[in-house]
Amino acid sequence: MTIFLQATVEGLSLAAIYSLVAIGFVLIYKSMDVLSFAQPALAVVGAGIISSLAVDRGIPFWLALILGIFLTGVLSLIIERTFLRPMVGEPVFSVAILTIGIDILLRTVLDSWIGINPRYLGDPFPTFGNFGAINVGGVNLKFLELTALVTAILIILILSVFFKRSKYGVAMRATSFDQEAALAQGINVGRIFGLAWFIAGILAAFAGFFITGGFNTLGQFSFLIALRALPAVVIGGLDSIPGAVVGSIIIGLTQGYVAYYQIPFENLIGFSLGSGFSLLAPYLIMFVILIFRPDGLFGTEEVERV
Amino acid sequence: MLSVQNLEVVYQDVILVLRGVSFEIPKGKIVSLLGSNGSGKTTVIRSITGLLDIQNGDITKGTISVDGEDITNFNPSKIVEKGIAQVLEGRRIFSELTVVENLRLGGHTNSQDIQSNIEKVLDMFPILKQRSKGEAGYLSGGEQQMLAIGRALMSDPSYLLLDEPSLGLAPKLVDQIADLIKEINEQGVTVLLVEQNANMALNVSDHGYIMETGNVVMDNPSEVLLKDEDVREFYLGLNPEGTKRKSFKDVKHYKRKKRWLS
Ligand SMILES: Nc1ncnc2c1ncn2[C@@H]1O[C@H](COP(=O)(O)OP(=O)(O)OP(=O)(O)O)[C@@H](O)[C@H]1O
Ligand SMILES: [Mg+2]
Repeated sequence: MTIFLQATVEGLSLAAIYSLVAIGFVLIYKSMDVLSFAQPALAVVGAGIISSLAVDRGIPFWLALILGIFLTGVLSLIIERTFLRPMVGEPVFSVAILTIGIDILLRTVLDSWIGINPRYLGDPFPTFGNFGAINVGGVNLKFLELTALVTAILIILILSVFFKRSKYGVAMRATSFDQEAALAQGINVGRIFGLAWFIAGILAAFAGFFITGGFNTLGQFSFLIALRALPAVVIGGLDSIPGAVVGSIIIGLTQGYVAYYQIPFENLIGFSLGSGFSLLAPYLIMFVILIFRPDGLFGTEEVERV
Repeated sequence: MLSVQNLEVVYQDVILVLRGVSFEIPKGKIVSLLGSNGSGKTTVIRSITGLLDIQNGDITKGTISVDGEDITNFNPSKIVEKGIAQVLEGRRIFSELTVVENLRLGGHTNSQDIQSNIEKVLDMFPILKQRSKGEAGYLSGGEQQMLAIGRALMSDPSYLLLDEPSLGLAPKLVDQIADLIKEINEQGVTVLLVEQNANMALNVSDHGYIMETGNVVMDNPSEVLLKDEDVREFYLGLNPEGTKRKSFKDVKHYKRKKRWLS
């Protein structure tokens, strides 16, 4: 039971991270019909910016965190303005390829900055309590993981209020429903695109911090964790925010359980699934779900596939 | 006055759909724009409101001005801020959003009066008031048309452009919409009414323009058009017993008019 709880907590905190990246992906898809494969890269770039501010430049951590998250939003906005805006109306496929190009560009720059040694983000999490964790009834709870979980829940609540109550939140929903009718109301649709990318950049930077904070550190492979938000979005359906969250929970829990139960399971069936199986498992789940629900669990049917 | 002069519009760089359309909507009046399917009525509205771009259309000639100011090629939000609101063809309400949210969107450019305007519109349409928190997609066709009109009024427009508001509505509802248009006009809003229902449009409007294949082929005060034999035959379906339906192009009146124009 302790192991099960441990696996669940770890799985959910991963889910929190994935859902932050995944929601950004869905926001962009809903507002401008663009599949942005640059989201995971923005997450690690955000971590890089925070690290560079806090460690290289010596800015107090919490200020560096806020500044880094904001700057990642601005970077995302600039990417939209310079690369994506001129592509409005081009085929979904070409635009998706363009975002892959942006992804490669961002990661190349980041990787050359990171260099060989992993980077710390300068956060105080390793020094909290018992090396950044507490023990509750045999379950080891890392502060960073708990913070990720709480932060993701808060962000989702804030976003749902934003979409329900605020002028621009309602305008974003309207634009995603019928762009021409939104224009006819005098909504500046370009501004809505920019806003979607800005929010997505901010969410990605939060995720980037939770992936690389504490003892995790930012290395060239941190990106692979953020990348797992993609199967989460595909499972949930490209155009559904609740879908993105549910998809992330499915991927996160799968990963958590595989990490703890793979070896007992292998002993049971008598052969090894391989050490990389926990990385593979999210994609297996994705394939199985897509066989039964080609548009994802919450996706709209007519969503175009690449 | 909203004035359109010699407007030429091309879609996809090659499809010429408006070939020098001119008309005027004097302040305080209701002007109707009639024409059969594909004659270019919606394109005229799109040209005024900046919605050609999203349709891959361009104004290649001509000017549009409001109260003397040139607004040709202004973007849609600028147009709304200039006091020109529209009701799109097919209503195009945001059906996944609530009635009140639809109204708030209509007031997007006019945030400070939003609450009082919502109340005003809901008082105007008691049916919408009852369902203000419900999803707009569940409204009936007539209710959706009222919502579309109410939404357009949220920006406190001086000019209201309506694209086929009677489309798909039962005769009784058409009458109701006609009364509503008159009422809105009496409150000081200048109206352009695009219609295929010529009978309704000519009965509410002061002046009517008739379009065919991208040209204005006739314009007259509405009561004159209502009595015009050709208009009666081709737009009101009141052709005299036994006569064969001709193309409007063969009608003498049209030819005379065209010579006069050139
Ligand atoms: N986005 C577009 N791209 C290309 N051609 C278009 C486009 N929109 C309209 N057209 C063409 O322009 C012409 C005029 O269309 P428009 O919609 O303005 O006519 P309409 O008078 O509003 O017709 P209806 O009464 O059917 O609404 C038609 O031949 C139509 O096929
Ligand atoms: Mg039309």
